[in-house]
Amino acid sequence: MGTGNGDIELAGVTKSYDGETFAVDGINLKIPDGAYCCLLGPSGCGKSTILRMIAGHEDPTHGEILIGGEDVVGLDPVERRTAMMFQSYALFPHLSVRDNIAFALRVRGLSKAERNAKADAMIEKVHLTEFANRLPSQLSGGQQQRVALARAAITEPRVLLLDEPLSALDEHLRIKMRAELSRMQRDLGITFIHVTHTQMEAIALADMVVVMDQGKIRQSGPAREVYAEPKNRYVAEFIGGQNVISGKVSYINGTRATMAGATYSNIEIPLANGKRLEDGQSLDIAIRRDDIDLVRAGGDLPDGSTSVEGAITGVEYQGTFVKVMMEAAGEEEFVAYVPERRFFEESLSIGDRVLAIWQIDHAHLLA
Amino acid sequence: MTDVTNATISTRGKRRARRNSSDRTWTFYVLAAFFAFYVIALYGPMLSIYILSFQDLRGGLVFPMRGFSLYWFNELIMQTRAGDVSGSFTRSIYLAIAVTVITVVFSFMAGMAFRRRFRGDTIVFYLMIGSLVAPGLVLGIGIGLGFDMAGIPTNWFTSALGAQLSWTLPFGILVMFAVMSRLNSDWEEAARDLGASRAQTIGLVVLPVLAPGLIAVALFGFTLSYDEFARTLQTAGAQNTLPLEIWSMTLNVTSPALYALGTVSTVISFLIIGVSLGSIILLQRRNAARKNISE
Repeated sequence: MGTGNGDIELAGVTKSYDGETFAVDGINLKIPDGAYCCLLGPSGCGKSTILRMIAGHEDPTHGEILIGGEDVVGLDPVERRTAMMFQSYALFPHLSVRDNIAFALRVRGLSKAERNAKADAMIEKVHLTEFANRLPSQLSGGQQQRVALARAAITEPRVLLLDEPLSALDEHLRIKMRAELSRMQRDLGITFIHVTHTQMEAIALADMVVVMDQGKIRQSGPAREVYAEPKNRYVAEFIGGQNVISGKVSYINGTRATMAGATYSNIEIPLANGKRLEDGQSLDIAIRRDDIDLVRAGGDLPDGSTSVEGAITGVEYQGTFVKVMMEAAGEEEFVAYVPERRFFEESLSIGDRVLAIWQIDHAHLLA
Repeated sequence: MTDVTNATISTRGKRRARRNSSDRTWTFYVLAAFFAFYVIALYGPMLSIYILSFQDLRGGLVFPMRGFSLYWFNELIMQTRAGDVSGSFTRSIYLAIAVTVITVVFSFMAGMAFRRRFRGDTIVFYLMIGSLVAPGLVLGIGIGLGFDMAGIPTNWFTSALGAQLSWTLPFGILVMFAVMSRLNSDWEEAARDLGASRAQTIGLVVLPVLAPGLIAVALFGFTLSYDEFARTLQTAGAQNTLPLEIWSMTLNVTSPALYALGTVSTVISFLIIGVSLGSIILLQRRNAARKNISE
């Protein structure tokens, strides 16, 4: 059912409710047609406002919103051919599943037979046939979500906007519905824009992750890029899975440099292409938690690696790996994800002093 | 809506009350006795009136019962010495219907308006409360005087209608505030998202969702108007409404016809309450029926 023209461009979009503070502050963003895009950020970062502006439920204070190359500011949702799925699902409580899904066709003046036929086809698609005559209150959370999805999809939109669609579900159902959303998006072949504050949800689903904070985009790109190569401290900490260390560059030597902080010295860092470092410059680096190996203090460093020393403050068994928390490099929580077998070989426990070792090239310099 | 909530609470209460009598403390018996006394004090006098209204020609205003017939009911309709009962009854019903319609329409609109802040909303709100708490008799006299000064004759369908609305409208709006809390603005936005016009949103989403609440407002409007006395007394003009007629009868009619009138108007009140509750239950049944079809 690919309809084309579902590419979205935001150009200098700003939204202010009081003329002084900006909920959305000069956003430029291009989302290609047919992409699954996740807007990710803490509550109040402006992600829902962006969604509502694309949907046509709010107008930007400044800037242009283009869908399929056409400026849609001021148009109704129907004219934009967008459809929105609300966080609360907003299913009409007095209408059956069938009538909810057929609502858009009813207001368009389709005859009862015609709209019921179309609605029933959609109901079958989302596997709700046996519930067609139920009221929303008689459905489980997952079923309600499918009704909401079907109701939005029946208008044949070119863009589907989802406002925290999984937040009302319990953990187990959330993972199940996550897969279903992904399947629906592939089936419909239209652009999905999904707002969430859950990092794992975003990177599991999205072709494109947009990390936001205080009305601004901090980084946007493919999920793997945002996870593995965060651009700045905010993204590294918000997405998680990274240890961020601050320090000052103390020695530069060709392809390597040394960094030192208040409670440590001599962390070797790589010199990335095109990045100029100066002696004494402040710097943040990020090292993935799963790139860190732990050995007892006093052990040897393998070639091409560097380390910080610290004491273990906590251990959490996670099944496939063990989360080891340390006090090291001046950070409150320096975390290593040690493979399960490897951790129990070393038989480390709380209070032990250890070296956290990583390959120098695995460290990632933040802006 | 309140009645519905009360009904669910009382079924829940019954379930809880079903336990061993030996568990009961002495406070249970004290409160039960107090409640029994309360019920007798509340319904005893009313019941005596209903019973006494079924006497025959020899009937008087006090017990013992003299005969059994519908004589005094007939007396009421015949409009002999009892006064203009059927006329005042018709006027009261028409007036109550007009008040109900106006109250429901304006309470709904005010409820919608007060969901958002607007210029002067606090002033409007306090004016409304003011008209609710103002002594009805004084307010009625004021409206009567106002019409008099303007040279417009007072009448049950003009000045009395206005005086009653000064009581039912604020009441209806306060009920509407509670009703409005059922309405999630996401539903309206979803309707708009799906292409509904403003009118379609109200007709297909807002009104059906609020229907039980609107019936409750209508019920309030009707019953408040139907037995309104204080505000109507000085504004009804030459022709009486039913409560005014009853009042004047207590002054000069000394027959069980007065009691018969009490019985008739009670029956009508119960009929109206029954119809309202019945329609709320019907709405719920219709929804529940959908569930049964699918199972």
